[in-house]
Amino acid sequence: MIKVKNLHKQFGDLQVLNGIDEHIKKGEVVVVIGPSGSGKSTFLRCLNLLEEVTGGEIYVDDELITGPHVNVNQVRQKMGMVFQHFNLFPHLTIMGNITLAPVLLKKMTKEEAQKRGMELLARVGLEEKADAYPAQLSGGQKQRVAIARALAMDPEIMLFDEPTSALDPEMVGEVLEVMKDLAESGMTMVIVTHEMGFAREVASRVLFMDQGIVMEQGRPEEIFTNPKNERTQLFLSKVL
Amino acid sequence: MAWFHEWTADFADTFTRCFIKDDRYKLLLEGIGVTIKVSLLAVLIGIIIGLLIALCNLSKKKLLRFIGGIYTDVIRGTPSVTQLMIIYFVIFASIGLDKWIIAAIAFGINSGAYVSEIIRAGILSIDKGQTEAGRSLGLSAYQTMTRIVIPQAVKNIFPALCNEFIVLIKETAIVGYVGLMDIQKAGDFIKSATFEAFMPLIGTAVIYYVLIKILTILLNRIEKRLRASEVR
Repeated sequence: MIKVKNLHKQFGDLQVLNGIDEHIKKGEVVVVIGPSGSGKSTFLRCLNLLEEVTGGEIYVDDELITGPHVNVNQVRQKMGMVFQHFNLFPHLTIMGNITLAPVLLKKMTKEEAQKRGMELLARVGLEEKADAYPAQLSGGQKQRVAIARALAMDPEIMLFDEPTSALDPEMVGEVLEVMKDLAESGMTMVIVTHEMGFAREVASRVLFMDQGIVMEQGRPEEIFTNPKNERTQLFLSKVL
Repeated sequence: MAWFHEWTADFADTFTRCFIKDDRYKLLLEGIGVTIKVSLLAVLIGIIIGLLIALCNLSKKKLLRFIGGIYTDVIRGTPSVTQLMIIYFVIFASIGLDKWIIAAIAFGINSGAYVSEIIRAGILSIDKGQTEAGRSLGLSAYQTMTRIVIPQAVKNIFPALCNEFIVLIKETAIVGYVGLMDIQKAGDFIKSATFEAFMPLIGTAVIYYVLIKILTILLNRIEKRLRASEVR
């Protein structure tokens, strides 16, 4: 579904991604872990072109998306993104947040979008908040709405950029629960997170990134119980 | 108390001569009309130009940024009287537009430069994550700007915009230079006709003050309403 070839990303003189080769298959739940500054968020942001790639290629459904004549907006419609800081639109209601893109991009009429919106809100357990504004919600609720908003575009892939890092500890669970449901429904997901327990439980594959490359990858039980790379061992000894 | 009677009688007499005799108050009323007409149209033109120049200044394209930069630089670097006269006597010299419309265009062009800076700051004040969220959903840059960024920026820039409008109204007091009879010019006219300085000039000041006071109250109400929708 997503093929990444020799991906490089540079910010000025700083080399953040140093050649990443990855193949993410349909239905996979890929969890990316690693120390801060390892480039894992940048990697994720490159996948939907929020960062301009400085070298290498990314294919989505066998379409080269890093080429010069790509319709970026169309590519992004296939990929939902959930941010660390939710980034809900504060001037719109929850329903407004969810229906804005599908209606504006003519995927659905307003009525259809609202119907779908209610379904999605039910899925994340927030039906009663449809007419509320983001400021009235707790962090965990905001992130669940953000997930519903991304799902409203019927994406093929969901990208999560540290979705629980800005949450109070007691709200982490409710968000992870929604993500777990989503994973079980067969959604293709790429998740950058520090929640190791979640990674172990939900991931079909874990990538350990450091210094801008994928140092080690494998099934969660291999990575967490029997890491081969020295850097992975060091990292896990600190966080587990 | 004789001096007081004398003074009030004197005051009433001057007042009558300045404002009542020969229907001079009509001049002032006409002036108020002109000031309001010119200001309103200028504000409208200013906002449109301001938004366009702000988007130029924020653009990734060098040429647009260059154009925006030159515009702001030239307008801010020259007096508005000079701009008004250039636009009236040079640019629109041979085009038969109404005087007040030409004046409004001149003030709009001037105000646009200041408004553009206000709008630019307003747009920059919106968190980058908002744009990223919009773009990540597949919205175009334009859709993200008009549906997500600008609606939020409007609230932030409203007070600064109000201030700019008040400055603009007072700035229009120079339209006499191109032969328009606004409040200032009407006061000036009465001054010459009656050889009285105090009464017409203070009268002019009072009219401007009251106009702006009314506007301020109105704008404050609107701002409160904008804010009210925020504290939910």
